[in-house]
Amino acid sequence: MKPMIFLLAATALSAPALAQSAPATAQADRGVGPPQPADPHAGHETPADPHAGHDMAADHDQGQADPHAGHSMPANPQAQPPTTPPERPDSHAGHEAPADPHAGHDMGADHGEGQTGPHAGHAMPAEPPAQFPASSTARPDPHAGHSMPEGHGAHGPAQADPHAGHVMPAAPAPAPAAPPAEAHSGPVHAADSVFGEARMAAAREALRETHGDVRTSRLLIDRFEARLRDGDDGYLWDAQFWWGGDVDKLWLKTEGEGVFDRGVESAEVQGLWSRAIDPWFDLQVGVRHDFRPAPDRTHLVVGFQGLAPYWFEIDGALFLSHEGEVSARLEAEYDLRLTPRLIAQPQAELELAAQDMPELGVGAGLSTAELGLRLRYEIAPEFAPYVGIAYERAFGDTADYWRAEGEDAGGWSLLLGLRAWF
Amino acid sequence: MIDSRLTRRGLLGAAALGGIGLAWPGLLPAWARTGSHGIAAKDFATLTGQEIALAVANSAFTVDGRRGHAVTINGTLPAPLLRLREGQNVRLAVTNHLDEDTSIHWHGLLVPFTMDGVPGVSFPGIRPHETFVYEFPVRQSGTYWYHSHSGLQEQQGHYGPIVIDPAGEDPVAADREHVVLLSDWSFLHPHQIFSRLKQEGGFFNRQRLTLLGAREGEPRLSREDREMFARARMDPTDIADVTAAAYTYLINGHSPDENWTGLFRPGERVRLRIINAAAMTIFNLRIPDLPLTVVGTDGQLVRPVEVDELQIAPAETYDLVVTPAADRAFTIVAESIDRSGLARATLAPRLGMVAPVPPLRERPLLGMADMGMGGMDHGSGHGGGHGAAAGHDMDMRDESRVGFPVGVGVDMIAPNPVDRTGDPGIGLENVGHRVLTYRDLVALTPNRDSRPPSRTVDVHLTGNMERFMWSFDGVKFSEGAEPIRFARDERVRVRLINDTMMSHPIHLHGHFFEIVNGHGPHQPLKHTVNVLPGSVTAFDVTADAPGDWAFHCHLLLHMHAGMMRVVTVRPLGGEAA
Repeated sequence: MKPMIFLLAATALSAPALAQSAPATAQADRGVGPPQPADPHAGHETPADPHAGHDMAADHDQGQADPHAGHSMPANPQAQPPTTPPERPDSHAGHEAPADPHAGHDMGADHGEGQTGPHAGHAMPAEPPAQFPASSTARPDPHAGHSMPEGHGAHGPAQADPHAGHVMPAAPAPAPAAPPAEAHSGPVHAADSVFGEARMAAAREALRETHGDVRTSRLLIDRFEARLRDGDDGYLWDAQFWWGGDVDKLWLKTEGEGVFDRGVESAEVQGLWSRAIDPWFDLQVGVRHDFRPAPDRTHLVVGFQGLAPYWFEIDGALFLSHEGEVSARLEAEYDLRLTPRLIAQPQAELELAAQDMPELGVGAGLSTAELGLRLRYEIAPEFAPYVGIAYERAFGDTADYWRAEGEDAGGWSLLLGLRAWF
Repeated sequence: MIDSRLTRRGLLGAAALGGIGLAWPGLLPAWARTGSHGIAAKDFATLTGQEIALAVANSAFTVDGRRGHAVTINGTLPAPLLRLREGQNVRLAVTNHLDEDTSIHWHGLLVPFTMDGVPGVSFPGIRPHETFVYEFPVRQSGTYWYHSHSGLQEQQGHYGPIVIDPAGEDPVAADREHVVLLSDWSFLHPHQIFSRLKQEGGFFNRQRLTLLGAREGEPRLSREDREMFARARMDPTDIADVTAAAYTYLINGHSPDENWTGLFRPGERVRLRIINAAAMTIFNLRIPDLPLTVVGTDGQLVRPVEVDELQIAPAETYDLVVTPAADRAFTIVAESIDRSGLARATLAPRLGMVAPVPPLRERPLLGMADMGMGGMDHGSGHGGGHGAAAGHDMDMRDESRVGFPVGVGVDMIAPNPVDRTGDPGIGLENVGHRVLTYRDLVALTPNRDSRPPSRTVDVHLTGNMERFMWSFDGVKFSEGAEPIRFARDERVRVRLINDTMMSHPIHLHGHFFEIVNGHGPHQPLKHTVNVLPGSVTAFDVTADAPGDWAFHCHLLLHMHAGMMRVVTVRPLGGEAA
């Protein structure tokens, strides 16, 4: 038998190009949170379906030459404005059914076996586009004007009932509900009875691990830089490493500074347990040890780290030393993307102390502040050299301690460094 | 490049003589070979019949002259075309030559749950050097595909097409047909891709808005929208997690430069069986100057509808008919949704003919609708949105709207999700031609079960873009998530509420569901539905397949991050005994 051919008379599409974004407000009022479990489509077929009320459930036997014979299509396409009037919450009301003159043809396919079946010759009698109301997206009906005259002769018995299903008010919105009791019947794991519980249990554990329980790690060398300042050139490092899952991580941090002539002046390592407490912030608890300056200090640490609104990266911590001293640190930085690879990063760091620590050269209150601006170029996102400037200043007693050591209480540095991560 | 293609073909010849070969690296099956005359032709790499042997193994695969590691089936990427016939029985013996477990899931095929191929759900998986025999009756016809459900093998090339001819006459008469299988290839190991995303959620996004980019024609947001995105810590350019920065987009295993070419004779009706086998890429597919008549989706026939472009999410399939009348070449273009790259192939009367490849169009930006503030602004990109003031005061994470604990893994609750089945998808709102929407899909035949659904099940699609966490109802699968339970033959309406700013193609195994799109008994049947950002999409399903079934986002790395559930259908009856 010669195969049926869909004949698509594209020329009959008289509608102009689509303007799909036009009726943006049409759906504004259709909330879908739990408080409004209503089916968004509920009932919107009925008013629009020209065949509503026809008892289509009858004749399942014989084909008809014209499935639409005698059905009147909605005459006025403008009756459904693309924008929903306020008193009409369902923007789809009436849009779908009239847009589809073919809905509900019972092609009689055997759906018992996989929803396929003989579709031969589904006839698409030509419909003047003018008969189709605009849909809510202002699209013309894509079927409009598809002329399928050959289809009629090809109707097999399967095509018998052209009307079935024309009565298709959408189901009333069912309420959210727990499953019926029988849904809890039978074995907990269906495959166990076939493949054995032991093998399936092992496979289930592998499945669990690979669907959400994934550990990763990151080593970030945020700053590794030379700090050029008048006669006192030095260096700085600031790196962190984490390993763990989405919520709990082991988090190590190290930072320190030195002067090329005199060696390392400060060096610390923190070992922290980091726990996500909201989508963007981690709470961090652990220990910090300062190897420099002498004498050593060991601190308990409570801190937080994360991403604040407007994309500020924030890192703050309180420290309690084994000498009973309390101090704090707050850092913030922001990535200002100039081009896809060139990024300006302003950064600020404040150090605070609750008491004087003369042997460390730290005074109570705001002890030091640093403002930096680094301009990095991401050769790859993981590898970015930078240049920058920083202004560091000591305050209060800290400044006095510094001056007593023969240092300036504040000054500028030129920075040359590298940011890298793996 | 020509060299590599010739080499590949030479090897194909060798493979043809030697039968199924694992040893030949980087092979393409003949139907996927450039210059294919169509899959109706006799191809050694088209497997038919009742007994089919498939071997999963490590292979090398070459893209644009560069060699990478792939996991292949019978040595080819894509895997051999399985051409079956409705009503037949098939036995597929799958042998695992890897050093890790593997599996094959027959995507879209209605099979007993023990044959569905999801390790830990339907069966234990196939251990190294073991053979598992799948056996089932073929109950349907249409375009489907198959792929690994183990680890991230699917990203490495473990996928292939399935074409099932109907038992009777095919209502989609065509003079010729081609399989057009889209995928995303990376030289990075998929675990490294995943790690990068965990380390920096936007790692592969190289199209962020920049301060100096305005001059170069970057799309702009209004100041209000920019402020709102920044306050919410959301990036309006975060449209694809993995982009062309990591991917080469393939059609039938060919890169754009390798330009897979399918042949036709002018005037012929050519059926294109489009399969998105990509791990993470939603494509916008078009053939400039050639209207596309959509005749089927996910293997199920729909009333013919003519469009110029369509968005196809991973795991979806579309059957198209095109009738190229002119004696000229046509370019199949499949842009990635974020327009960082494209897949390209050619339809031509003769091999060697090419048509222009249109440049990537301006990339889209997310808008208010994508933030779940539907209706306040439709403006995804193209000049940016003009958000109503009301939207800017909305609580983007109102925990009272949902019935589950809103934890670390949930960075947003859509304030006002809407039905977007009438939307063409991100970036396709204003492209100046006809784009398919789900509302255009009308099942060719009325659906079997006319009962109204007896209850509604709400499933929230949730995530945290910054931490790359993905879940349903805020709970990752790994956290011991409760199954979604259906009673056997129960008819349920499932509403998928997308509380994220990404599209999620949600796939239910073992069933077709009907997308609630206003077409009553002709709601289109699908196995995978792409839920647009900030939207609610409902489907009706008759739970007629007893057993345990996977239900997940088909963005592979979202599933890997936890966006999955088991759906149970009980009682089992005699099926599992």
